[in-house]
Order: sequence, then C-alpha cells, then structure tokens
Amino acid sequence: MTASELWRHSARALTGRVRSGSTGVNDAVESGWEGPAASWEAEVHAIVHADRAAREKACAGSRSGALAGVPVVVKDNLCTTEYPTTCASRILGRWTSPYDATVVARLREAGAIVTGKGNMDEFAMGSSTEFSAFGPTRNPYDLTRVPGGSSGGPAAAVAYGLAPLGLGSDTGGSVRQPAAFCGVFGLKPTYGRLSRYGLVAFGSSLDQVGVFARHAGDAALAYEILAGPDPFDATTRPGPAPDVSGWDRGVRGLRFGWPANLWKEGVEREVIAGLEDAASWLERAGAVRVPFDFLPGEYAVATYYLVATAEASSNLARFDGVRYGFRHADTPEVAELYRRTRSEGFGPEVQRRILLGTYALSAGYYDAYYLKAQRARTRIRQEYEDAFRRCDFMLLPVSPTLPFRLGEKTDDPLAMYLSDIFTIGANLAGIPGLTCPVGLAASGLPRAVQLLGPYDSEPVLLRAGRAIEVGGEEARLDREHEQEFAWPAKR
Amino acid sequence: MAIRRDEVERIAELSRLRLSPEQLDTMAGQLSSVLEFVAALNRLDLSASEPGTFASSEGALRSDVVNGRRLGAEIATREAPESEDGFFLVPPIVENLNP
Repeated sequence: MTASELWRHSARALTGRVRSGSTGVNDAVESGWEGPAASWEAEVHAIVHADRAAREKACAGSRSGALAGVPVVVKDNLCTTEYPTTCASRILGRWTSPYDATVVARLREAGAIVTGKGNMDEFAMGSSTEFSAFGPTRNPYDLTRVPGGSSGGPAAAVAYGLAPLGLGSDTGGSVRQPAAFCGVFGLKPTYGRLSRYGLVAFGSSLDQVGVFARHAGDAALAYEILAGPDPFDATTRPGPAPDVSGWDRGVRGLRFGWPANLWKEGVEREVIAGLEDAASWLERAGAVRVPFDFLPGEYAVATYYLVATAEASSNLARFDGVRYGFRHADTPEVAELYRRTRSEGFGPEVQRRILLGTYALSAGYYDAYYLKAQRARTRIRQEYEDAFRRCDFMLLPVSPTLPFRLGEKTDDPLAMYLSDIFTIGANLAGIPGLTCPVGLAASGLPRAVQLLGPYDSEPVLLRAGRAIEVGGEEARLDREHEQEFAWPAKR
Repeated sequence: MAIRRDEVERIAELSRLRLSPEQLDTMAGQLSSVLEFVAALNRLDLSASEPGTFASSEGALRSDVVNGRRLGAEIATREAPESEDGFFLVPPIVENLNP
C-alpha cells in the first residue's frame, strides 16, 4: 500500500503506523479526503460539516493513544466544539455546541480526529437519510439507492473510505440498518453502555450511540475506548464495560438462535441467502444452530412508533426559536414565535412524529395508545429473555430488503417504518445488536445479517461478527477474488 | 382508528405547530394509516405485562452535590438567535396597557 492509499487501512493498522512514526497524523487523516472523498463525496454527499483548518489543528495535538491519527466521521446529532451540530435540521441553523459529547471527548483523548460531521435524517427520524435539510446521502454501491438511515452519512463515508470508523446513534436501527445498506459493521451497544451526554435526544428510553467500522476488530477497538459509565449521563450502566479483547477468539460451542418464522414471508430472497451463508460460516467455525419461533416484528414496530414519537414530542419541545439556531424572522409575540419557528424549522417527518407522539400522550388517548405500548414493551422484552435462555445470540435480517431506491418510500410513512421491523425490538428491550456484512448480492448491493444478544453480550456478538467476517473472506478466496474489503466500484 | 382533520388541528396547536389546510388533510390521512397499523397491539394478550418504561431498571443514582462544572450564562446564550448580557431575548409576552 502506498502513502496515498493510507485510507484503505483498518483503524488498527493506521494507528499502528502513526504510533510507530512511519505515518504522519495529517497524512493519515487527509488520505481519505484526497483519495476516495475526491471521487465519491460530491455524488454520495455523506458529510455536512467539515473544515480542513479544524482537522489540521486537531492533528497537531494527536500523537499517542489507542486511536492516534485515526479519522472518525461523527453523526451530526453528536455535539462537537469545532463544527456545527445541526441534526440535519433547519431549526438548528449553524448552532455550535459549547462542549463535546462524552463519546467525542473519549475519541479525542484516544488521539482520534473528527474528520467531518455525517449526514442523517433530520433529528434521526427516518430510515433512508432522505429527510435531511441538507439533501439526501446516496449509497456508494448504487447511487440511485439510499444508504439507509438515519445515520446514512457516517455509514456511507466509512464504506467509501473517508475514515475507518464512524459514530452514529441507534434509536430503532439507525446504526444497524445503514451499516447493512452500506456493507459495513454497525454496533449498537447495550442501552446505557455508551454515554449519551451531548447526543441530541430523540427517544430517551431507546437512544444509544453506536459504531461503524469496516472490520469487526475495529468495532471492538472503538467499543473499548467509548464504553463505560459517565458522571454526566445518569443512564449509563454502572461498573466496567464487558471485555471485548477476545473478539478474535472464535465461536466454537456458541449457540445461535435461528427464528426462521420471521423471514417466511415479506423478506427478499437475497437477504435470506445472506442469512444462510452467515449461518453456514458460523457452523463451520464450530457454533451450533438452534431453531425456534419468535414474536413477529409488527408488534415491535407498532410499540416503537408510539413510544418513540411520544418521547420525541417531549424532547423536541426545546426547539422553540429561543435558545438554539434558527428563529422565524417575523415574530410579533412569543406563542407565534414558537409556532412559526417550529413550522418552518422542522421538516415534514419530524412534524409528523411530533403530532403522532402528542396524540398518543394526549388526554383521552393515553391509555389506548401510550400505556398499551408500554405493556407491549414489557412483553417484547420478556420474549427476548426467553429466547436468550435457549441461545447465546440470535441471527436475523437487518432489513427485509436490500437498499431501496431514493424516493421509493418518502411519501408512505408506514412503508418506511416497516423497513425497521427487525431492528426496533433491540431498542425496546435495551439489548445490543451487531450488523455484519455478508459480501455482495449478484446485483452488486451489500448483504448483511444482524446478531442480537442479551444485555452486555457485546463480547459474544463481536466474536460472532468476526467469525462471519472470516467466513466471508474465505468465501471470497474460494472465488479467487481476494481483497481486504468489498469496496464500492464506480459504475 | 381514523384521526379527524379537526383533531389534527387540535394536536398541532398542542405541539406548537401551524399546518396549512393541505397539510392538515395529508397529515390526517398519514396519521390514520399509522394508527390503524398500531391497532395490531390489540391482538396481543397484554394482561400479564406491566407497563415498562426504561429498557433497563438498573438506574444509577448520585449524591445531590454540585460538581462545579457549569456553563456560564454568556457561553450558554452565545448561540441563541437573540441574546443580551447573558439573557435570551424574546418578543413581549405581556402587553403593557398603561405605559
């Protein structure tokens, strides 16, 4: 690999070169901009805020640490002091945070450089990154298709090579689903395992910061640095985070659940083929398949769109034109200031969800909707607890389809919500999940599977993710197409 | 269950949002289809399930002691649309009838 191809490295390899002195921090960070971003970014549009001078300043201070010299793309709803934090919403204008999110601060302490802020669906509400005030991000594997969402920007940027790592947030699948659509790993940790201080709140009982990486080992490395209690976030789990250093230990003897009733109908053939490949690689590595039936995902979607919108309607009340960013120009009195600012500042999907959540919480409907959803949530959690008495983790689809086309679902909110049918349960139950790429379909689009495990099972999920990664590498070798990562090709 | 146009209007007022007549119609249709879907929950037997709020019940408590870390008023208001001397500025809330 030549110096101009530094961007191809994993985070582990790149930081190794920087720490040994063979590569300068600036070269490590700028390689992604000079190489892949120069050919991809104008079309993909993964990044919404970036600044070369800010990067150079950050590089000057980075030499040591477990992520020394590693560029990271950070979703635009995580607070950063050197770039605006706008949640891809008009209502935040160019608001810039006076402090860093804890996860961003931990990246910096480890020597990483925030290389840019990633595009997203406005306030993380969406599954395609089409609901961004900055315009959509496109999938680098097919520019007519969506990268998934809501963290589509970081996912696409990690896939095309701007950075080996990205940070997103996952409230109903917003890390795992774009990871699947862009063919990278996407880790949603156990609820409360990563600090949310400085993450703009959407659904507080569901939100969790997550990691994008092209390699299972890089996801483990980022998790090691980010996980653990934070005095500024009372919802972080107490005590030390589980040890993921055994991510390359293999899966011999592990039992994986196989809830095949979930993909009996409504799931694309290529998605099922990916599941079968991943299962066979796990079995070849010594894991044992445990078939059982699981609660259909419709119930989770129904529950989620009541709980998440109710919480969002409350969380987004703070955006009123007084404290942050945008204010409508003509505001004769204060109630009108709120109405005009919010109606103009929020996009249609955010307004839709605020209305739905306000409705579910309003007098006369609370018992019928919100309370029922909370009961269903308990039921869903118990369903997972039962499943994990029979297996160490479950294998299931991330999304029922491969990446869909831009515009395909933007006018049909329910169709968009149903694309989250396999990811939402993990947020309702608070359990961790990992998206693993499983090579490309015949159409050239990425395939992926999802692993779900009980609380604090990140070490097991990463071991299984690594086993699937190795299985995929061996399958590619069998076909004599050896390469380190299935990079997108210009078409 | 369908949601009527006038209900959407009432909810919009509670949400401090103003919708145009066309938006009210579109929202009423879209929210109705979501609410119809959500009615699927009626098919689940939830009699044995207590309402669950947070995903995990292991909340951490801390002692109620000021930690000394704070944003000053100047910094907190720096990014506001309008501010003065560390205060947020808003249009009049109460009219002065006897100036």
